[in-house]
Amino acid sequence: MEFVNPEGLRLDGRRATEMRQFRAEIGVVSRADGSAVFEMGNTKVIAAVYGPREVQNKSQQINDKAVVRCEYSMANFSTGDRMRKPKGDRRSTEISLVIRQTMEACILTNLMPRSQIDIFVQVLQADGGTRSACINAATLALADAGIPMRDLVTSCSAGYLNSTALLDLNYVEDSAGGPDVTVGFLPKLDKVTLLQMDAKLPQDTFKNVMELAIEGCKAVANYIRDILMENTKRLECRRGV
Amino acid sequence: MRGEVEIPLNKTQKLRLERALEKLESISSKANLSDASVTVADEISVNYEDGVLQGHGTSEMNGRLVATVCGVVERVNRLVYVRALRSRYKPETGDIIVGRVIEVAPKRWKVEINFSQDAVLMLSSMNLPDGIQRRRTAVDELNMRSIFEENDVVCAEVRGFQHDGSLHLQARSQKYGKLDKGQLLKIPPYLVKKRKQHFHHLNDYGVDLILGCNGFIWIGEHVAAVDDMVVDQIIKSEQPDSKAGDSVNSDEQEQSYTSLDIRQNICRMANAVRVLSSLGFMVTMEAIVEIVKLSNSKKFDIHDMLGAEFYVVVAEEEATRRSSSSKKR
Repeated sequence: MEFVNPEGLRLDGRRATEMRQFRAEIGVVSRADGSAVFEMGNTKVIAAVYGPREVQNKSQQINDKAVVRCEYSMANFSTGDRMRKPKGDRRSTEISLVIRQTMEACILTNLMPRSQIDIFVQVLQADGGTRSACINAATLALADAGIPMRDLVTSCSAGYLNSTALLDLNYVEDSAGGPDVTVGFLPKLDKVTLLQMDAKLPQDTFKNVMELAIEGCKAVANYIRDILMENTKRLECRRGV
Repeated sequence: MRGEVEIPLNKTQKLRLERALEKLESISSKANLSDASVTVADEISVNYEDGVLQGHGTSEMNGRLVATVCGVVERVNRLVYVRALRSRYKPETGDIIVGRVIEVAPKRWKVEINFSQDAVLMLSSMNLPDGIQRRRTAVDELNMRSIFEENDVVCAEVRGFQHDGSLHLQARSQKYGKLDKGQLLKIPPYLVKKRKQHFHHLNDYGVDLILGCNGFIWIGEHVAAVDDMVVDQIIKSEQPDSKAGDSVNSDEQEQSYTSLDIRQNICRMANAVRVLSSLGFMVTMEAIVEIVKLSNSKKFDIHDMLGAEFYVVVAEEEATRRSSSSKKR
């Protein structure tokens, strides 16, 4: 199958290094401490953060830092064919773990001893790159909840199809079976906190693909920063003196 | 801000709301409020020669000061800190808070106060109902549920952090204690400003208002300053003795009856707080009373106060109020 046509356009009309359109909204769940919706093209994810709050299961309590928990789920209506999977399937357990580790790396957990932070992410529409979208939504929700963080983690995926590196794969490209590199990145610290790939790729090509994904992460970071800044300014000016 | 998504506005209301909010924004941008806003990992410009004290919400990265939360940079002499908006409550000693009892443990109550851990109210750090100063005995410990039970709403003062990092409360005054006959509202704590007075008795409405620093707001029927705990205790101790328990009960019911207009006042106030917090405006006693008066003068029903129209009216009112107060300056 041809994923990049001779003019250099992809199936959905993007260039190889073009991202899908983002949209983010903060404060969508009124009961949560922080919440956000993040969209990348047709992928739509909602995240809610509760905490820092009292540890529910006392045996998990850590005396000098906070416990971070994460739950990833996909809404039944999120994919093309309506699926009825049990909640704790392998895929979602794995993604929960990935998101938890990525977020834990940037939260300053030592400032909130003996507490727990719960992150709930749910995929509302799945069109490839749900992992990345979940991490971006979780970052926004954590920032909204006022939880101290080293840096904003942002994430983006990149792939390699028809011997071209492609940024931000959608579902069709994702399921083509080529390599899919998901990167989690701390833009200010210039560090990678997550790197996943489930295929083989020559080393020099991998370097290009990863750099492309990092560029994507930086673009997401700029957008997220703008959204947060706007939100902070609005809250402050509404509050008044 | 949170309400915007939920409340369906029609076209004119949307326009009016936008105009009012724009006005508010222009006022605050004149006052240079929004310049100091930062988001996570933004650099804070400081003069390093003077020496800097890193406060909350900041950390050092590669020799530079960066923010770790979204908020507003505040500077007090050499101290630089970021005041986070929309975060959980950070207790400070002496704060007046409203909380909910979630557990009765040996010699202590666990109270939920919107902090990262539950606060502890020791039996020894509160006045006994009989008002006598004495050592707490095992009998007192057994009778703890007669003072506070699970799910009771209580008002107390932050005593401070213990060595082990737990937060302790105290209630050593008549004004603290159990709250009943009213409504508890939870709003983001950044909307409550610390002031001298957090207890308000609104005579015109017959209502008590407690603005807890932790964002829990209590609106209840006014209780006179007499120690009603003593009265409770007497009734309870009498009950087993008196054979005519029914008559006592009916007396109690009569006492606990709240008149309709006070109930309506409580609801009106509660809705005023809801509107203010969903718009993200500062919640003070004056603001609440103003909104209540506004709703009365414009003849809004209590249930209409949560509707789109009143929402817009409040935003407009706030815009005109702030613009007039900024002109005075």
